Amino acid sequence: MKILVPVKRVVDYNVKVRVKTDGTGVETAGVKMSMNPFDEIAVEEAVRLKEKGIATEIVAVSLGVAQCAETIRTALAMGADRGILVETDAELQPLAVAKLLAAIAKTEQPGLIILGKQAIDDDMSATGQMLAALLGWPQGTFASKVAIEGETITVTREVDGGLETVALALPAVVTTDLRLNEPRYASLPNIMKARKKPIVTMSPAELGVDPAPRLTVVSVAEPPKRKAGAKVASVAELVAKLRNEAKVI
Amino acid sequence: MTSLVLLEHDAAAIKQPSRSAVAAAAQLGEVHALVVAGGAELAARLPGVSKVLVADQPELAHLLPEPLAALLVALAGDYTHLFAATTAVGKNVMPRVAALLDVQPISDIAAVIDADTFVRPIYAGNALATVKSSDAKKVLTVRAASFDPVPAEGGSAAIAPLTAVPAGGGSRFVSAELSKSERPELTAARVVISGGRGMQNGDNFKLLEPIADALGAAVGASRAAVDSGFVPNDYQVGQTGKIVAPELYIAVGISGAIQHLAGMKDSKVIVAINKDEEAPIFQIADYGIVGDLFKLVPELDAELAKRQGS
Repeated sequence: MKILVPVKRVVDYNVKVRVKTDGTGVETAGVKMSMNPFDEIAVEEAVRLKEKGIATEIVAVSLGVAQCAETIRTALAMGADRGILVETDAELQPLAVAKLLAAIAKTEQPGLIILGKQAIDDDMSATGQMLAALLGWPQGTFASKVAIEGETITVTREVDGGLETVALALPAVVTTDLRLNEPRYASLPNIMKARKKPIVTMSPAELGVDPAPRLTVVSVAEPPKRKAGAKVASVAELVAKLRNEAKVI
Repeated sequence: MTSLVLLEHDAAAIKQPSRSAVAAAAQLGEVHALVVAGGAELAARLPGVSKVLVADQPELAHLLPEPLAALLVALAGDYTHLFAATTAVGKNVMPRVAALLDVQPISDIAAVIDADTFVRPIYAGNALATVKSSDAKKVLTVRAASFDPVPAEGGSAAIAPLTAVPAGGGSRFVSAELSKSERPELTAARVVISGGRGMQNGDNFKLLEPIADALGAAVGASRAAVDSGFVPNDYQVGQTGKIVAPELYIAVGISGAIQHLAGMKDSKVIVAINKDEEAPIFQIADYGIVGDLFKLVPELDAELAKRQGS
């Protein structure tokens, strides 16, 4: 079975983002970029399925500027076999990404697509579900455990009240939650090997998709800042303040 | 302009995040509600809801996204906006609906500006984006912590059962393993007390329970505590867990990573208990105590008991 793993290049999760002074977005110039952490979990899961002999090939896909090739290289170093870069300088929103991925899936015919449950930049949490819808496939979102047997994937999902398990007919889309696995670090030899793995570049037009955004960003602002309060010396003082000053207990 | 809001219920009540979604939708005009597997009478009593659609078909009972999205798409023609709360159910189904309608969803809105324009947090809430949609129909999820829920009682809407629902295949519910708790739900609680890595193990979370009981609080956790296996995943407060905004949030042994702050920094009053006085949590806490939580938490319990007794 072939597995497709979409990976997104995002501002590294350790970076404290700054809103641009002109209010058009957040500062990304000169900022460290990395693979979306949830997508790392997706790559790891695909590699584990290959190590178990369930997957035969892993194709990593990234969409966006030319530097997204670096994100694909990271996936290749972790164990993906080849890459596809859909290169564009245009802003891509989840609907366009889902359409582009659906077009790739129609050619590649994967048995499973695994991707992160959300990207930590736009926090949309939408692409996987939209991709499943466009392909007419079932979806297992927020996965903390997956098991494949024959033509069925069993997905344990993290839901509001605990865990839910669903069985999906393959092909299917799975989105990863934090507890699915702990991604490996790529070893130096594997990073070297990844340089020789092939990456094919294509454009949105070649895939027959109009990627025009449907949402216009009117402005981006900093949220109201919370001021640090006071340190209190004792529990008795804390309870007194909560009761008499804050009046919350 | 009429909106359709997907409501979640537990047979006894409409869930609070869903009532916040009704409040958001009501800012734009008339509101109809969709409930699945019962709950019609509960939905009909929500102020601001003028009509309740109810689908009692067994294939919808587990809110699987494939049939539920197909149903919402079938109903979408009558509505300008489709809303759900940003819950596990809403996040699962609404993007699927949007894709089937060829619409870019607008996730986790924190404010309604007008029928096309909404505010939503990005980058773990470190920025607020105001976005305007050019789609004819809008598909949205609502950040419950940003909208006061409509009351549970006061309305009297008409109820319309849906006789036929479309099929949506490929998935089957297997089982659910839900945490049992007598305490309020995290996203609905007036007070939340959360533990972090500093709790050291799952057993120590029991220290928080008497305080939760005294204050009627829900118990939450940081990602570190969940990842370490101290407590189940549904305790997690943060960017990728639950977003809460209670009257009082007590952070115990939580250092305050950006990802955790994203889930609780809109709380009205924040208390931090941490042994590290440099911990970032103190930068947003209204009241902080530096010290050993294993000494301070029992003291807090005793102090609250004393006050209640007096």
